[in-house]
Amino acid sequence: MSDIVEKTLTALPGLFLQNQSATGPAAAKASFSSRLGGLVRGITALTSKHEEEKLIQQELNNLKATVSAPNTTLKMMKECMVRLIYCEMLGYDASFGYIHAIKLAQQGNLLEKRVGYLAVSLFLHESHELLLLLVNTVVKDLQSTNLVEVCMALTIVSQIFPREMIPAVLPLVEDKLQHSKEIIRRKAVLALYKFYLIAPNQVQHIHIKFRKALCDRDVGVMAASLHIYLKMIKENSSAYKDLTGSFVTILKQVVGGKLPADFNYHSVPAPWLQIQLLRILGLLGKDDQRTSELMYDVLDESLRRAELNHNVTYAILFECVHTVYSIYPKSELLEKAAKCIGKFVLSPKINLKYLGLKALTYVIQQDPTLALQHQMTIIECLDHPDPIIKREVLGEYSYLLGKETGEEVITKLYKLLTSDSISSETKAWIIAAVTKLTPQAHSSNIVERLIQEFTTSLDTCLRQHAFELKHLHENVKFMKGLLPVDKSCEDMVVDASLSFLDGFVAEELSQGAAPYKPHHQRQEEKLSQEKVLSFEPYGLSFSSSGFSGRQSPAGISLGSDISGNSTDTGLKETNSLKLEGIKKLWGKEGYLPKKESKTGDETEALPVPQENIIMENVDQIITKKDQSQVLTQSKEEKEKQLLASSLFVGLGSESTINLLGKADTLSHKFRRKSKVKETKSGQTTTAQNMTRSSFSSSSNVTYEEDYYLDNLQDRGDKEVKKFSLNSELLDSESLTELPLVEKISNCRLSTPSLFADNNMEVFHPPQSTAASLANEISLASSLLEETTEHMHSDLMEVCNNETISVSSYKIWKDECLLMVWSVFNKSASELKSANLEIAPAENFKITEQPGCCLPVIEAESTKNFQYSVQMEKPFTEGNLSGFINYQVMDTHSVQLEFSVNLSLLDFIRPLKISTEDFGKLWLSFANDVKQNVKMSESQAALPSTLKALQQELRLHVVDIIGNEGLLACQLLPSIPCLLHFRVHGDMLALWFRSSCSTLPDYLLYQCQKVRAWIDPQVPVPIPCFHPGLTRAFKAECFVSVFLSSRCKKHDYIPL
Amino acid sequence: MIKFFLMVNKQGQTRLSKYYEHVEINKRTLLETEVIKSCLSRSSEQCSFIEYKDFKLIYRQYAALFIVVGVNDTENEMAIYEFIHNFVEVLDDYFSRVSELDVSFFSAVNQVFHSTWQRTG
Repeated sequence: MSDIVEKTLTALPGLFLQNQSATGPAAAKASFSSRLGGLVRGITALTSKHEEEKLIQQELNNLKATVSAPNTTLKMMKECMVRLIYCEMLGYDASFGYIHAIKLAQQGNLLEKRVGYLAVSLFLHESHELLLLLVNTVVKDLQSTNLVEVCMALTIVSQIFPREMIPAVLPLVEDKLQHSKEIIRRKAVLALYKFYLIAPNQVQHIHIKFRKALCDRDVGVMAASLHIYLKMIKENSSAYKDLTGSFVTILKQVVGGKLPADFNYHSVPAPWLQIQLLRILGLLGKDDQRTSELMYDVLDESLRRAELNHNVTYAILFECVHTVYSIYPKSELLEKAAKCIGKFVLSPKINLKYLGLKALTYVIQQDPTLALQHQMTIIECLDHPDPIIKREVLGEYSYLLGKETGEEVITKLYKLLTSDSISSETKAWIIAAVTKLTPQAHSSNIVERLIQEFTTSLDTCLRQHAFELKHLHENVKFMKGLLPVDKSCEDMVVDASLSFLDGFVAEELSQGAAPYKPHHQRQEEKLSQEKVLSFEPYGLSFSSSGFSGRQSPAGISLGSDISGNSTDTGLKETNSLKLEGIKKLWGKEGYLPKKESKTGDETEALPVPQENIIMENVDQIITKKDQSQVLTQSKEEKEKQLLASSLFVGLGSESTINLLGKADTLSHKFRRKSKVKETKSGQTTTAQNMTRSSFSSSSNVTYEEDYYLDNLQDRGDKEVKKFSLNSELLDSESLTELPLVEKISNCRLSTPSLFADNNMEVFHPPQSTAASLANEISLASSLLEETTEHMHSDLMEVCNNETISVSSYKIWKDECLLMVWSVFNKSASELKSANLEIAPAENFKITEQPGCCLPVIEAESTKNFQYSVQMEKPFTEGNLSGFINYQVMDTHSVQLEFSVNLSLLDFIRPLKISTEDFGKLWLSFANDVKQNVKMSESQAALPSTLKALQQELRLHVVDIIGNEGLLACQLLPSIPCLLHFRVHGDMLALWFRSSCSTLPDYLLYQCQKVRAWIDPQVPVPIPCFHPGLTRAFKAECFVSVFLSSRCKKHDYIPL
Repeated sequence: MIKFFLMVNKQGQTRLSKYYEHVEINKRTLLETEVIKSCLSRSSEQCSFIEYKDFKLIYRQYAALFIVVGVNDTENEMAIYEFIHNFVEVLDDYFSRVSELDVSFFSAVNQVFHSTWQRTG
């Protein structure tokens, strides 16, 4: 029995078992009389799957009744939980017990708690929403004085934890790194490893502490920290070169047997630890002679020491060989390593042979001659009964051309091919090997014979390989390029996006083929459709909008690629190509000139469900519009057509809400609106004029349009408010006459969601309420010119004294963030040598704008200091601090300090791109983050989500297709990030992609916050108001809760 | 990187399963059936490592019980192979002569597994 066993056992907390009795194993046996034991025996005794199913269903029914009964004690609950775990492990759904597992972890005593935690770790997955409920318990246990509770909490954190809640426990876990007990320190390191895996940027600041863990006096803690280092070094080895010495020293100590004997496994000192260290060294020494030189000695020693005949030493040797061949080569070591492999390959033990062959692949890449001596063994292996061995063998073949010429080897292989004793799978491998060899062989008689024979083979796989060979053989030059002599094919650049198929796909699409959907999407779709079908009795209008295919972003890019064509042919094509529902749904009601004559009839003929009055209404509007425009010219028509299609996107999703049973009120509004529109067309025109003037005042019509529209509404122009911009635009005359209005429609097209927003009149960004507007106007004189052109924040006082008051505001310019500090001199005398300085901050590049030096501030006047701020690397939040000093009456100088918070969002700008560009970009980005977010049903609508994303995150809405949205933004100066999201049922699936690895994470985090804003039922606050949390975080949570309308203040513990 | 850990007997009954990446429950049963099938089809001439989809399976048989570990490409097969044995030794010590049914005390076994894995890496 190995010593490591004892060590492991003593490390486990004593109360490890189900029953308290300290006898350990005996107790385990005794408790077989428990009901779990009964269940296990019962199932073992069964013979058929059917019986098992019956028994377990019955068991589950019993359990369901028990766990939901009010008089069930925690002890019984624990017992039930164990059985539930067992049932679920056998593949039966026990989801009704999940919530009880969490409760058990929350309320139980030590033993019950442990079972509760275990159940949670087995039942739930990372993004399961119930997991949020566990956070509070974990926080409590982390602060417990009972070590066992702390241990359990750390264990669960290291297994499963919701990423967005990491900030809630991070400081507590960090504290545990200084704990006096090694087991706690070790578990804390592993918890941090988990955090590093799921959200690397959140633990960036504790890298120093990892170093401390690496130097911990306890081996266990040190070993745990190696996990983190292996991972970090894999990602960026250059940052950790300075640690090479430490790793080498540790490995030396381990190899030299300096560790406590209880780390031995079959008298080998800490084998897995050695393997881990060897891997790290391999990564550090790669292509780096100086670093490699540091490790030659210890590698040599490792190779020498591992002479023991035991599997685990082979594992170490294998890793050692791998390392020797990964780092900067040293011939002496290479030779020793090759010798080692020789032993492996020749071993009769099959597992060793496998290991040897695998190692041979490394050797061959460095030096084929070393492998030549094993050529015969390799050929023997070709006929090995184990396919995995054969594969390793054939992988080598192209390198083994030393003394033997290509022809000879091919001849050998051909002989093998014709023998009956080998399976067809091996034959396929052999043909693949021949293919690799052919370009180097001079004569090709055998190859031709082979092709002839096997292109008629009955085996499909063989035939395919033979045909591949045939076609390659016909073009020798190409073949040589494809299969170069001494290169492994790994270096070849593969077009992963398969862009060369684009043309083909486009053609197929144009002939009505369904767009491709990736597997996960189809899966989700299936789920969501099932949901929809089961809940909606009147699925009819869904089925009509059901064409709104959920396309993958790639598909979209293709679709729009073609529909982006110009003029007349474009018109037709768009109709057939835009498969995503807009046209399919509305193709009949005729903005196409061809069909216009029969629009009326067709509208009636449409199978519109009775309850869907909205759609009919809209239909009529459209029909009218179209009839009124018969005479307009084709270009404008196209414009309108696009406009209308984007319009319907919004409406389509509206009607979806309707079906979901919510929007009776909405439909009323809508009806009323359309009536109003018909009767009061005169007023519409005034509204239009208003809009127009507001647009003409802004030089570029960008995201500020939200802002303007809002101002417009808030100025109390009730007429404007009554009419949605939408219906104005529908009024066709405006389109025929004014280029400017066309411009509006253009910009509208780029942000179709706004249509829906304005229609619903639910759009009120928090910053421009009536009150603050008044405020802004009064301050207008003090604001800079830029403020009128760009979005800006409210003026906020950052510091003051009896003479001055300093306020600041942010101007979100297109190319940077402009911070303006405006200094107001309250006193009656002028201030001299006024100077405002901003301290340099780590993440920001701050540039003083010209015209800032204003040494004198006259009495009762305001001066502005402006700085442009750029973000150097992504982060969530940062602080900008500075001071102002001035002199009063030439006497003494006064200094006042202040600071301002900047968030990532201050540097996010909408990225205006076309759907086509979106598709291209999407494919080119490697970093992506996906998350499903659950929302309350009433909120789970496209428009409200879009609105929130657009306003809160400043994303640009690229396109909306069915229930999917494409959004894009950029982090200044120019890091793009794309978001693809889909609403199905009450789930919101977010999918970010960016060229920057951390940006998607940060944006997702911001989205989570927005989500709290959208959905008041998100359980954010409770775990957040723990005393251990930072004040800033608490405040953030509080604000997000406060913003949600249904929040009741007394529900939450105050700060 | 270990993806999952299974203890399945020859009849295909799962004794213990632990997934380190979320797999849906109905897919788990399917995966377990396929895994045990491919393990059972191996002869003694064949090595203890199987390629299965994106993973490698590393298995060891103890009486009628198979212990199978699914790993990704970066893992050292032999190290995992020996890790399984280490784990069984720990179990044996813990239960004083472990038997197949003991393994059903998964709460203890899970703890042992987790601790062993954390200690060994």
